[in-house]
Amino acid sequence: MARKFLRSHETRAMIDRYSVVELIGIYLGIAAFLFFMLAPFVEGFLVSLKPLAQLFSTPYSFWPENGSFEAYRTMWVSVPRFGRYIFNSLFISVVSTIIVLLLVVPAAYAFARFKFKGMAMVLGGFLAVSMFSGAVLLIPLFRLMRTLGLLNTYYAMIVPGAAFLIPSAIWLLRTYMMRIPNELNEAAYMDGASQFYTFRRVILPIARPGIIVVAIMTFIGAYAQQFIFALTFNSKTEFMPLPVGLFAYFGKQEVIWNELMAASFVGIAPAMVIIFFLQRYLVGGLTAGAVKQ
Amino acid sequence: MTQNRAAWIFAWALLTPAILYVLVIVAWPLIETFRLSFTDASLRKTTNYVGWTNYLKIFDKDFLEIIIRTFTWTFFSVLLKMVIGTFGAVLLNCAVPGRNLFRLLTMPPWIVPMAIGIFMWGWMYNGQFGMISGLLQWFGLSDGPVAFLAYGRSAYWATIVTDVWIGVPMVTIYFLAAIQSIPRDLYEAAWTDGASRWTRFRRITVPLMAPAIITMSMLSLIATFNSFDIIWILTQGGPSGSTTTMIIDTYSTAIGSKRYGEGAARAVVICIFLSLFCIAYFRMTRKLAGGQKA
Repeated sequence: MARKFLRSHETRAMIDRYSVVELIGIYLGIAAFLFFMLAPFVEGFLVSLKPLAQLFSTPYSFWPENGSFEAYRTMWVSVPRFGRYIFNSLFISVVSTIIVLLLVVPAAYAFARFKFKGMAMVLGGFLAVSMFSGAVLLIPLFRLMRTLGLLNTYYAMIVPGAAFLIPSAIWLLRTYMMRIPNELNEAAYMDGASQFYTFRRVILPIARPGIIVVAIMTFIGAYAQQFIFALTFNSKTEFMPLPVGLFAYFGKQEVIWNELMAASFVGIAPAMVIIFFLQRYLVGGLTAGAVKQ
Repeated sequence: MTQNRAAWIFAWALLTPAILYVLVIVAWPLIETFRLSFTDASLRKTTNYVGWTNYLKIFDKDFLEIIIRTFTWTFFSVLLKMVIGTFGAVLLNCAVPGRNLFRLLTMPPWIVPMAIGIFMWGWMYNGQFGMISGLLQWFGLSDGPVAFLAYGRSAYWATIVTDVWIGVPMVTIYFLAAIQSIPRDLYEAAWTDGASRWTRFRRITVPLMAPAIITMSMLSLIATFNSFDIIWILTQGGPSGSTTTMIIDTYSTAIGSKRYGEGAARAVVICIFLSLFCIAYFRMTRKLAGGQKA
């Protein structure tokens, strides 16, 4: 075939050329895929714009008539502690992220740089942790929190939540740190630097981008997964994170859907802003941890 | 020698905080779950050892049904995640204009607080006024409103679909990374030899993606088996137990009815299954790693 006589850059260009039918197929496929991923958001957003009377009318109408942002105003009255819930969510996520980083940065460095007996087993142990969800360990954790007097405090949501974020953070950061050349350690040793000095002054500055990725991933994880601990270990409204605060509202007899959706969208906003600004790191961070070489 | 010793001390010093934290928050509760499963722990101050009573009590027809339901629920959910994830990854790998945007648009279900995504599905499934019921009627596929969460069978599938929705983005991105790590030369060589796009997909992409698919299905299996939020928010295990998985069952026994001892016994059964999955996973990754070297 003629294909054999092309130069390599021509191959590169030709191999990605699609026929019209293929292009249509690809776009239809992507459209179907994204429809599944995004339909709840689109519908949720439209619901937040509809007046309650239109919501509870048949037949179903997709587009809001006399849509308004009214629900975004009234929800602050219906959910009086809404601002507090968002603050709690952010606060819990930030503190969890700090705890995880303080524990994970040294540990990931140890796993990346040193190979002593027993360390492989410890790493396996950390990975095994991620297999057990908090739900399985809820009973002893509940009793532990009660004994320590931590029930109905922020700690009850932060301390157990952080533990389950540790394994993936270690894995991700270890992968990143393994790429830092060992020659740096040797050079520092030659210059008489102590192990700690090398870690603090040589490794940490170089690893900063990796640490930032891990921090973002941990923060998103902490923000996205606040539910079961907050539901079980805390019953004080003033400490509730957004998902649990809204769940109480969701569970009511008559759900005021447009306000619930408006509140959800305001609650999502921080996460969306993060995705938008940090998308590069996100995809990079995910794939770095995913495909180990 | 002294340098080695210093390094040894330093390495373990770096690890100790993380190890201690995980021991206290995960390992100790795990052991404690086993201990409690042999007691009659409840809200009362005293607990007594009761031997195998809890285990004898829980193993009845209902519990077997719950176990089977958990496995089928997990199986369908993981299967759909893998199929849709592969589909998405292959499409998002195509060099078409806008693909970076499309990749970004798959992320929201994974990144948004899980509970909030689930609230939106709660509306979608709403019988009188929800979108799915509305569309079905609109297209004439259904005569009247369908309240998906009100009937056992539809609630079972509704919770699966929501679980799949939350799981797909991660699976897709992971598979996308796996596809991108396949050397381009292979495709170019095959293309030069006149292989069609379909042949290249079947003979290059699929076999080289297989390890990623196997790894991801195991991880997904474990995560799905632990799934709690979706079912709890949408149905709390109902209607009449049709979405009660082992996790939901344990939660309602322990936290709902405060029967900690019995709940712990139910949790132990989950732990046994999870450990089996875990062992299978480690075996498999080792085998895959070995296979690649050979």
